[in-house]
Amino acid sequence: MSALAAIRGQRGGMSPRAQIRDFADQHRSATILISMSIVGVLMSLLPQVWPLAGVQNKEPWFDAFANAGIYVLLAMGLNVVIGLTGLLDLGYAAFFAIGSYAYAYSNSPFSGVDLPFLPMLVVGAAIAAVFGIALGAPTLRLRGDYLAIMTLGFGEIVPIVFLNLDTWTQGTNGISGIFRPEPLPLIGEFTAVTPYAYMVVMLFIVTIAMALLYRLQDSRVGRAWNAIREDELAAAANGINTVTTKLLAFALGATTAGLAGVFSASKLTIVGPDQFYFQVSFTILAMVILGGMGNIWGVAAGAFVVYLLQSVLLKQLNSFKEALHLPALDLGPVHFDINAINFTDYSFLLFGFALVLMMLFRPEGLFPSQRRRRELHIGEELAGPADIVPVEDPGIVGALGETPGAEELTGEDAGPGAPGHDR
Amino acid sequence: MTATSPAVAASNSLTRGLRVIGLAVGAILIYLLVLWRALEFASELTAGNTMQGSLIAALTRFDDVGNAYLAQALQQTVNALSIGAIYALIALGYTMVYGIIELINFAHGDIFMIGAMLAVVFLGGLLHQQEAVNNIPILIALILGALVFAMPIVGLINVFIERTVYRPLRNAPRLAPLITAVGVSFILQNIVLTIAGSGDRASPQIFPLDAQIPFGGAEISILSIFIFALSLGLMLGLQNFVGRSRMGRAMRATAQDQSAASLMGVDLNQTIALTFLLGGMLAGAAGVAWGLRFGFVRFDLGFNSGLKAFTAAVLGGIGNISGAVLGGFIIGFIENFASSLGFSRWSEFLVFMVLTFVLIFKPSGILGQLTGDRA
Repeated sequence: MSALAAIRGQRGGMSPRAQIRDFADQHRSATILISMSIVGVLMSLLPQVWPLAGVQNKEPWFDAFANAGIYVLLAMGLNVVIGLTGLLDLGYAAFFAIGSYAYAYSNSPFSGVDLPFLPMLVVGAAIAAVFGIALGAPTLRLRGDYLAIMTLGFGEIVPIVFLNLDTWTQGTNGISGIFRPEPLPLIGEFTAVTPYAYMVVMLFIVTIAMALLYRLQDSRVGRAWNAIREDELAAAANGINTVTTKLLAFALGATTAGLAGVFSASKLTIVGPDQFYFQVSFTILAMVILGGMGNIWGVAAGAFVVYLLQSVLLKQLNSFKEALHLPALDLGPVHFDINAINFTDYSFLLFGFALVLMMLFRPEGLFPSQRRRRELHIGEELAGPADIVPVEDPGIVGALGETPGAEELTGEDAGPGAPGHDR
Repeated sequence: MTATSPAVAASNSLTRGLRVIGLAVGAILIYLLVLWRALEFASELTAGNTMQGSLIAALTRFDDVGNAYLAQALQQTVNALSIGAIYALIALGYTMVYGIIELINFAHGDIFMIGAMLAVVFLGGLLHQQEAVNNIPILIALILGALVFAMPIVGLINVFIERTVYRPLRNAPRLAPLITAVGVSFILQNIVLTIAGSGDRASPQIFPLDAQIPFGGAEISILSIFIFALSLGLMLGLQNFVGRSRMGRAMRATAQDQSAASLMGVDLNQTIALTFLLGGMLAGAAGVAWGLRFGFVRFDLGFNSGLKAFTAAVLGGIGNISGAVLGGFIIGFIENFASSLGFSRWSEFLVFMVLTFVLIFKPSGILGQLTGDRA
């Protein structure tokens, strides 16, 4: 892209859009800093004016933004594992839990310790990373499927262990009364009624994480991740140590989740096993898929939007519906009472459909990265003329259907795990 | 390969069958012995009797007190066989699907859950049968009816999922069908949640629970034996189908090499659909058995049981039918051992540890063979 833009620049007469794109390509961190500052300003101002102010007060909005930030962070971390490296981690909430409990032990009346917040962010992340390495080291030598089931099991047992070790974790009650972070200069107090400080800190964390991840993605390590995702055998043949590279991605994902966990524990002031069940991992997975695997800003935007839809829109729909006082429909055997429907109950059903439909029709996500898009649609490009492959079919569905040539090529492309390759 | 006469082949398979039975009986006896000693040891420990609480003392004492624990151990062993049989039935579906299209079908546990729900619908909803039935022919008819009702529906649901969702993704990058399977699992769970609610649904326990065989002071549940026998019958039927029939041969060929099989005239789509049908039907049978045995069903039942059954499939060697059965029973025994000693809260943890150690030390499983990239 940038080479193209540079050529266009030499010819003179660059459009402002192209100039911006060129700048963004060459000064990525600065672009992130600038755009996140704009986002920060918007998030501080928009809740005070219509239409957002009409929905709820600004304090709940700041609170929702800070919570959304937690999920943005989680989704960006999971994106490193799933999107960049192509490993399916289904127990991501476990690392979130480990970060949360690490903070709970360091800052609660239960343990009687009160350690400062900012260093604990690093410590909690590091503890989660250690667990990530411990889990990843034995599994990452194996095929990706096994990692999926191992992480699923890990995500399942971590809350169970926290639940069962009630002498040390207070079981179902969880650890409550966790101390909030101490006031920071310029940002102010961290309290439940003024969540503004949490939002600002979260914005900082997300900005830094995003800048770091973008730099990593464009580095040697990032290219190695992509190579492994596309074809592990070829990557290994080209001298990439696939085990350590995958382990790095896995540990980095765990680190990010640990960071989010520390922040979340300090904000909620209570941690309990029920906050980390499989539903959380699944929500984050849905966010990554919807946002577009492998595209960092896309995933962040996806997580932000999905969280707000889930926590604000569905709840608002409920109160809106209650305000309408619709009568129940009673048509003989069919009894339909809209008042009995709780919209928030359906979010997981929607996520399930979203995952399936996205995989079938738009595997590159709603905000795809250019490279990922091409990779996932390579079948179409290789399939040849439009009379063989129906053009109106946007997914990889039709593309791989009838033509034997396309099947062969994509079989090659799908990597060592593709059917027919390893039998 | 030299041609063997049918008589020799028959006697070979007979000796092989006898050997398998011998090994199984031996393993069950060893489990019985270990559980007996462990139960006695644990009770000595809790009694605080330190002199006899030593491991060696517990392992070498055989007297009347010990015999009471033997009876208890026998009871638990039969229970372990029945729960192991249920896991084995579910594990078969995982292993068959994995063997043929290399997909971890995360939705399979939920298929099992739907089977259990359908048994509730059939027995409780359609026949209004809530209490235990003591008339044996009617009981058998009811259970057969529940199986005939649940198994085809669940199998067809599984085929429908394969047809609509997995088939279009058969040649996609391998992450795509996996993620889809997770999505399907959530869809199934939430549909059932919407219909049946989030609490436990009572499943009619039509099999009288007090039907027991007194044996040396213990009461051995006939239901457990029944479930074990039923599962064994289904497994032998499957083994026979896959090993002997034409379609079974097509399945094995497809599992070995899809493109070669299709060149030999095997209809891939039909064979894969058949695999999903069989796997779903077995999961449906497991669901019916679960309802009879435990008396409750919940929408998220499939998640936990599915994870255990998958562990069983990996433990036995994924893609291997006998391995899945073996793994199912081993997981059943492990879980039963934990709960007999009062650690049922930790059974998930134990199963996960088993999965971890298998993947570290023998990723191909007990009966699977290491084939390059597969493990």
